[in-house]
Amino acid sequence: MSQPPLRVELRTSPHLRTTLTVETIMRNVVYALLPLCAFAVYQFGISALALILVVTLSCLGTEALFSRASGKGNTLSDYSATITGLLLALTLPPGFPLWMGAVAGFIAIALGKVLFGGLGFNVFNPALVGRAFVQAAFPVAITTWTPPFAPGRFVEFIPSTLALPFMQPPEVKSWIDGLGLDGYTGATPLALQKFEGVTSSAIDLFTGMAAGSLGETSALLILLCGGYLAARRMMNWRIPVAMLGGAWVTAALLHWANPGHPDPWFVLFSGGLLFGAMFMATDMVATPVTPLGVWVYGIFMGFLTVIIRVFGGLPEGVMYAILLGNAAAPLIEHITQPRIYGARKRKVES
Amino acid sequence: MALLSFLRKATFSHGIHPPENKDTSDMAIKRLPFAPRVVVPLSQHFGAPAVALVKPGQEVVRGEPIARAEGFLSVPMHAPVTGVVESVGLMASARGPKVPSIVIKTHAAASQRVLWGAPRDVGDMDAEAIILAIQDTGMVGLGGAGFPTHVKLSVPKKYTIDTLVVNGCECEPYLTTDHRMMVEYPQDLIAGIHIAMKAVGAGRALIGIEDNKPDAARALRGCIPQGAPIDVVEVETKYPQGSEKLLIKTLLGREVPSGGYPYEIGVVVQNVATLAQLAQLLPESQGLIERVVTISGPGVKKPGNYLVPLGTPLRFVLEQVGFSGDASQLILGGPMMGNSVASLDVPVTKTVSGILVMSQGKEERGAGKVHPCIRCGKCLEACPVNLNPSQLGRLAAKREYKMMEERFHLNDCFECGCCSYVCPSNIPLVQYFRIAKSVNRERAA
Repeated sequence: MSQPPLRVELRTSPHLRTTLTVETIMRNVVYALLPLCAFAVYQFGISALALILVVTLSCLGTEALFSRASGKGNTLSDYSATITGLLLALTLPPGFPLWMGAVAGFIAIALGKVLFGGLGFNVFNPALVGRAFVQAAFPVAITTWTPPFAPGRFVEFIPSTLALPFMQPPEVKSWIDGLGLDGYTGATPLALQKFEGVTSSAIDLFTGMAAGSLGETSALLILLCGGYLAARRMMNWRIPVAMLGGAWVTAALLHWANPGHPDPWFVLFSGGLLFGAMFMATDMVATPVTPLGVWVYGIFMGFLTVIIRVFGGLPEGVMYAILLGNAAAPLIEHITQPRIYGARKRKVES
Repeated sequence: MALLSFLRKATFSHGIHPPENKDTSDMAIKRLPFAPRVVVPLSQHFGAPAVALVKPGQEVVRGEPIARAEGFLSVPMHAPVTGVVESVGLMASARGPKVPSIVIKTHAAASQRVLWGAPRDVGDMDAEAIILAIQDTGMVGLGGAGFPTHVKLSVPKKYTIDTLVVNGCECEPYLTTDHRMMVEYPQDLIAGIHIAMKAVGAGRALIGIEDNKPDAARALRGCIPQGAPIDVVEVETKYPQGSEKLLIKTLLGREVPSGGYPYEIGVVVQNVATLAQLAQLLPESQGLIERVVTISGPGVKKPGNYLVPLGTPLRFVLEQVGFSGDASQLILGGPMMGNSVASLDVPVTKTVSGILVMSQGKEERGAGKVHPCIRCGKCLEACPVNLNPSQLGRLAAKREYKMMEERFHLNDCFECGCCSYVCPSNIPLVQYFRIAKSVNRERAA
């Protein structure tokens, strides 16, 4: 009998795998964020472009530095640092000084991710860690808003963008006044509502014609990009649904109890709620994995967002709501372990 | 959910939809020639190995018992060919280590008709006699588990069985043996169902068939006698629908208690091929000497469903079906739960439902890079018994095997492999769990 040369691999089952990999998921999240970046650049001009680039490169550089130092090899190819960079940039105001953006990017990766052990081990969404840091460190810069669609935005930087490191950024008020835009007060719809009782038009909020952070202005675009990820099953749609639902119900109850509180629809489409629910809260690593836990987690964050917005000192509460949600995720997961098939009724827990 | 159930096929929750690749489903069962030499391992079943009754040099007739059962949890072996016993000793096995086997040199001139056995009337036998007779056939679950059929049909006295569940799902990709048995031998299957119902005292039988086999369902419906308490239920095509515990859930909505057996909830499950073969063997008092095997995969020139004498070495089988010689993997069974083997000297045994010759394809990225768990939760969505494979995987990496068992229900995992299939980080989850289970078993012993 002839002996055919046989070279086979010995593996244990299963011998089939899906083709969906971590890289594919992460790459598609980047794809979903790119239209938002493009719209931000269209809306706010070259300052937005420069900020997105600087923050993302800062994240990538930090990731490369630490992965080399810890001997992990190249971890840039999993795209997770790119996502952190884009997400972080999209939560910053358009005129945010570039050097502060670089600091935010460094903190996001170094404190938010590497410190915990890198991809898969971060307790908090790294982008929000970076954002929380700069919010505490640079409270003025992060609440200085510039108007969208300023004339000359594609040839001229917003003055504060190019501020030198550790210097006081130049005053943008006079620059905004110089643009001669009627009725622009330098406040976001949220701040207008909270401090002046002016509710912006829902249509403007929905299409993104209002002031705000780079990525949070167009609800329509956020829904489309998030919908893409959800449809490709690369994002858990239950989280944004639960978070928005939780926020809507909480706001509706408050509005009903006291009509002075904002209308639930305004709450839904203003500020970073939609962006945060869609792209920040859904960071897989920092969310519970249990099916029931996902709902609890989402509703909890939606509730917190509205409570902070309505009763807190800041107009916006999404960031802290999500960070608190991240912190609560292990506990939520612990108490929502699924009931297994055939579980005996009175099982003695050891 | 219950309100909308008429809109959708009966099914269980979770599970996966791997590519089916059932290219051989239209190919009629063909007989494979007899190999010049067959190897019959004494342990092809779950339980105590059989004890050889023959000595080297002894002539055996096809169908003759050559090994006896060792106790109740064991089955006898029968000679798959007419020939001369060459040796009784250690031979290569699919599992790796060499195992005691009887080697028979085939008598080239023999007619290979089964001369052993005597006709009898199964209708006259009572449940106990049927169970003993089934043990004598050497029948085991042909679906792949290899659990002795007569043991499965012996229900402890304190339980009453109301339903016999007949498993015609065949949810593993590629495999089509059960499918062909249902299409080609529906009468035998119905007869086998009657025998099994009598053995366990069940009042009715439900045949669960995945909806990718409408021809099988049609063939069976056409054979069920008027008024017989046997129903065909088409269920969703989804892996692992053919797992006994999940099929019970699908068909009856009952759950087998954790760590328990189906008879505790009044159910006994049998595979379609097992029952059909049983109906062929029992009235003739014959033994199990051949089985249908799906031979498929990209490396096979003539894929199909073949009736293969037990003990036929893989090398001979592959020569017959045209083996191109290049393969990345040889799998006995299906691609989700089968074993890969390294030697062509391994024989076909009672539990081999398929022989797959794979070449490195897009779907087999077994050797890809492993990332940390990103907690995407896809494994929880896939696990049919609602475990938390993500958590179990983290614990396994830390070798917290005891905790996996005590707090995260490790022992409820039946190793279907859905978690490893879906994991985008390529973490070998079910492989971890197998190690954890065996370490726990060793520590307990």
